[in-house]
Amino acid sequence: MSASPKSDLFADYALLPGVADEVFDAEGQMRPVWRRFVERFARLTPDEVAARFERGNQYLRDAGVFYRQYSGGASGDPLAEREWPLAHLPVILHEREWQGICDGLGQRADLLEQVVADLYGPGRLVAEGHLPASLIAASPQWLRPMVGVAPVGGKFLHQLAFEIGRSPDGSWLVLGDRVQAPSGAGFALENRMATGRIFPERVVRAYTHRLAGFFGAFRGALEGLAAATPDRNGRAAILTPGPSNDTYYEHTYIARYLGLMLLEGEDLLVENGQAKVRTIEGPMPLGALWRRIDAGFADPLELNADSRIGTPGLVEAVRQGRLGMVNALGSGVLEMRAMMAFLPRIAQVLTGKPLALPNIATWWCGGAAQRAYVRQHAARMMLGPALAVDLPVDQRAEAARPGAGDWIEAQGAALVAQEAVALSTTPTWVTEPGAALNTGRILPRPMTIRVFAARTPAGWAFMPGGYARIGRATGDATALAMQRGGSVADVWIIADRPVPQVSLHPAPGAPFRRANPGAMPARAADNLFWLGRYIERAEDAVRLTRAYHLRLASTDNPSDPLLRRLRGFAKGYGIEVGRPVPQGVLDRIGAARSCAAKVRDRFSIDGWRALVDLEHTAQVTLKGAQPGDDAARAMSVLVRKISGFSGLVQDNMYRFQGWRFLSMGRAIERADSLAALLQEFADPAAPEGALDLAVEVADSVLTHRRRYLAETSRDTVVDLLALDGDNPRSVLFQLRQLHTQAAALPDALDNGRPAALLRAIVPLDAALSVDSPEQIDSERLGALRRQLSAISDLIAAAYLR
Amino acid sequence: MLYDIKLVIDYDYAAPAEHSRMLLRLLPSRFLAGQELLSADLQIDPEPDERREGFDFFGNAVTSAVWHGSMHALQLTLTLRVRRLVGPKPGTVPSPALTALGGQLAGLRDLGPDSPLHHIGPSPRIALSAPITAFAKGATRAAPDTRAAVVALGRALHRAMTFDAEATSVETTPAQAFAQRRGVCQDFAQVMIAGLRGIGVPAGYVSGFLRTEPPPGQPRLEGVDAMHAWVRAWTGEGSGWIEIDPTNDRIAGEDYVTVARGRDYGDVAPVLGAMRTSGGQGTRQAVDMVPIDE
Repeated sequence: MSASPKSDLFADYALLPGVADEVFDAEGQMRPVWRRFVERFARLTPDEVAARFERGNQYLRDAGVFYRQYSGGASGDPLAEREWPLAHLPVILHEREWQGICDGLGQRADLLEQVVADLYGPGRLVAEGHLPASLIAASPQWLRPMVGVAPVGGKFLHQLAFEIGRSPDGSWLVLGDRVQAPSGAGFALENRMATGRIFPERVVRAYTHRLAGFFGAFRGALEGLAAATPDRNGRAAILTPGPSNDTYYEHTYIARYLGLMLLEGEDLLVENGQAKVRTIEGPMPLGALWRRIDAGFADPLELNADSRIGTPGLVEAVRQGRLGMVNALGSGVLEMRAMMAFLPRIAQVLTGKPLALPNIATWWCGGAAQRAYVRQHAARMMLGPALAVDLPVDQRAEAARPGAGDWIEAQGAALVAQEAVALSTTPTWVTEPGAALNTGRILPRPMTIRVFAARTPAGWAFMPGGYARIGRATGDATALAMQRGGSVADVWIIADRPVPQVSLHPAPGAPFRRANPGAMPARAADNLFWLGRYIERAEDAVRLTRAYHLRLASTDNPSDPLLRRLRGFAKGYGIEVGRPVPQGVLDRIGAARSCAAKVRDRFSIDGWRALVDLEHTAQVTLKGAQPGDDAARAMSVLVRKISGFSGLVQDNMYRFQGWRFLSMGRAIERADSLAALLQEFADPAAPEGALDLAVEVADSVLTHRRRYLAETSRDTVVDLLALDGDNPRSVLFQLRQLHTQAAALPDALDNGRPAALLRAIVPLDAALSVDSPEQIDSERLGALRRQLSAISDLIAAAYLR
Repeated sequence: MLYDIKLVIDYDYAAPAEHSRMLLRLLPSRFLAGQELLSADLQIDPEPDERREGFDFFGNAVTSAVWHGSMHALQLTLTLRVRRLVGPKPGTVPSPALTALGGQLAGLRDLGPDSPLHHIGPSPRIALSAPITAFAKGATRAAPDTRAAVVALGRALHRAMTFDAEATSVETTPAQAFAQRRGVCQDFAQVMIAGLRGIGVPAGYVSGFLRTEPPPGQPRLEGVDAMHAWVRAWTGEGSGWIEIDPTNDRIAGEDYVTVARGRDYGDVAPVLGAMRTSGGQGTRQAVDMVPIDE
């Protein structure tokens, strides 16, 4: 059995001399842990393989998984989103081997905790010469304001990731410690979902350890940390740098998955030493933050003064012991590459034992003896900056060159040398550039595994697999980086027996609370409110443009008085309706998408995709439309797409505060545009046909015909578009919508009486409910628009700051 | 020498500042060698909703002030009585040659507040600059030891640069100030620090006050109209720190009162603020430091 699968699948799988392989041992025998999978996989034809891989890709696309390519990518767009680069074949390890890895990393995690506690506490390691004082002093990650600050609950480190690789002799090496804001745990979940689509066979899956239990444990630990503050009433949340971060998708995903609020710096404020989140109900206390931002950016007042994404006072909240940080501010000092040179010795000093899992051999060139050694063995070393925090596999290969000796002498303390390790290879499905998936072959590619750990009351919990990085080519370990064409694979930890199902339900007695959905950050509400306004503005602009081109097609006379009036009216809003797809339309759609992008954690994936599709259609598909009929048709396409988005929101969005703000934004905007439309086209001085145009722009032609058997007159139009409480395209209908939503908001009443916002809405609702068309003259419409603007200001003042 | 010092700083905000938070480094620490703080009072108007006193990493006294509501203007009034005990005398321990300094630093195992190791290499607001380093090398070539090198660089910069209150702002980098050879005390100090670090001498930034009217028969000094800034440099084990004022080419002695020390201006900024405001702000500073007879 061991030989049969190899014959076809691995025909081109040439093992490299001096390099370990994941599938085949040193004797060329397939490791038993791979057999079940390889046997199944070998039964698939190339077309079946391609179809399955495509299923995985489709899942990732549908789920909207992306990462950001930093600027300098091919497109040059700093916010360009890239598809998640899934390597479809998993990496497979036996649970016994995995347990050994976790035991070693658990020891390492405890050691790192001791080191960071010492660096911010007694300073014994430096005083006794186990860490060079000058190295610590030079590290930008050793944050002086945090020295002497004890963390909530007594621990600095709560969530870690380790990058490990297999060396040629088969043993594992730690290549890097991720402490600052380890990313990838959420992507691991998506890897698992995607490989589940590709390899649904129960016979394989039943033996694979599940990931969900890890997240349950970690969430429990976060809640526990929040509860360890003296206030005991704070909740836990995730702090993100925002949508321009390369792993923002993961932040939104994991916030949804764990049911935690996703916050940005401006969502927070610190009062009396307590961090709070600005919500539509006022500030609410926070007890713990899982930060995904580098510590320096967390507080512009006490840390990096240039930070635009931090919260002034956050350090003060930490200093007063009222805010737990995952991980502690300043723990990033552990990531500096030179630290690896000292950890083996420190392990001996602090624990009396060697590192159970060694790290990559590292020499700090600050000492004369080390420099001499490095110069002598430069040929098999990589040189890099001592203070750098990126992983050795992510730096550009800076293999020591001939004549590097002088350079090493001159740079000295600024350099580290690390042993150049040949990473083990793992099977990867490789196609030639541009070729179809079914033409792929299985080839060996270098890989590293990222192991995630979380501190729980029961000790360090490890996520069983989930995330490996695969290099683009053999022999170039630096090509593992996704930014440089590397890919990411799932890692399966295989048991000898079927493993029990785990899901994200808390164990009995765990301190789980349902996140109170009322805690809506004011910034999120603000973005939803403006999303509503912009999408409605976009629709209005599209409908005006369509009306223009329909009339142009029938009259073929741009100087027609009605067309002139329409052009002038739209121009007042910055929309050149004469163009087939006016820039003003694109701008409004773009503004809507930009608001939505900032609240993606609150958005259905379908809703988001509908918006992206709308923008793409407007910008690309309809670009070449010609004036007249063609442009009118193009606008009809956009009307349908906007309605599609609105329908998704209407049908799918949970009726809670976020939805109310979106609805109020739309209601204000629609009421205002209807009032403006009537002011312009129901004006007695308007040219002939203006009334019909108003009815058409307001999408009420059929209703008008049915309700009023008479000719179109000013009275019928004003009645239908301003005073008809049953017509969604009337001012009154939208006012009532506003009234309903505002009444359901927190603090709508003040001591039992309507608060300011309701006091502004109720009289408008009442007046329009009893007025007759002739009372709604131009002056009245103008006043109405000013009142709507005041209502918008009142909403902002009461809820959105 | 006994001094009365009064400092008034006014801020006006074009739009009301909401939920402001400030760190003030205006009160001198009680624990500074060479000076004795007899009385100190810092008035903040409007009264902050939160005020607490503490110390930063470098041992400077920090007042943290938070206003929960909005404010249009802010006035800070500092009143001090300080006895300046002795000016730093030339050390009795000889200062090592510049070439020997690196070896002494490499052996240090001290990360305490006064360790010279915090003051080598770049800091957030002071990047090393090749032109400044070259200038420092040239100016100190003939210096027999580190201490003499520090004095020589201070003198050379004082000659090369012109005091000009209009040429720079608080955000000007040392490289920019040096390129135009103009600036105020902050620029003189930061250029000198960049130069000293460039040649391997640990150097830090000092903020404080300078006697307004000179002793009889001496010229009025530059930098008396606002808070002043000068340099401290580490001249070797035993010989320790000296403080020197490149703006006025002199050792910072009896006429100087220290408020705060750090790596650069960012560590000692008298007023660091963060607020939500849409408009700009205006500021005025008035300072008076007069000796009183005992």
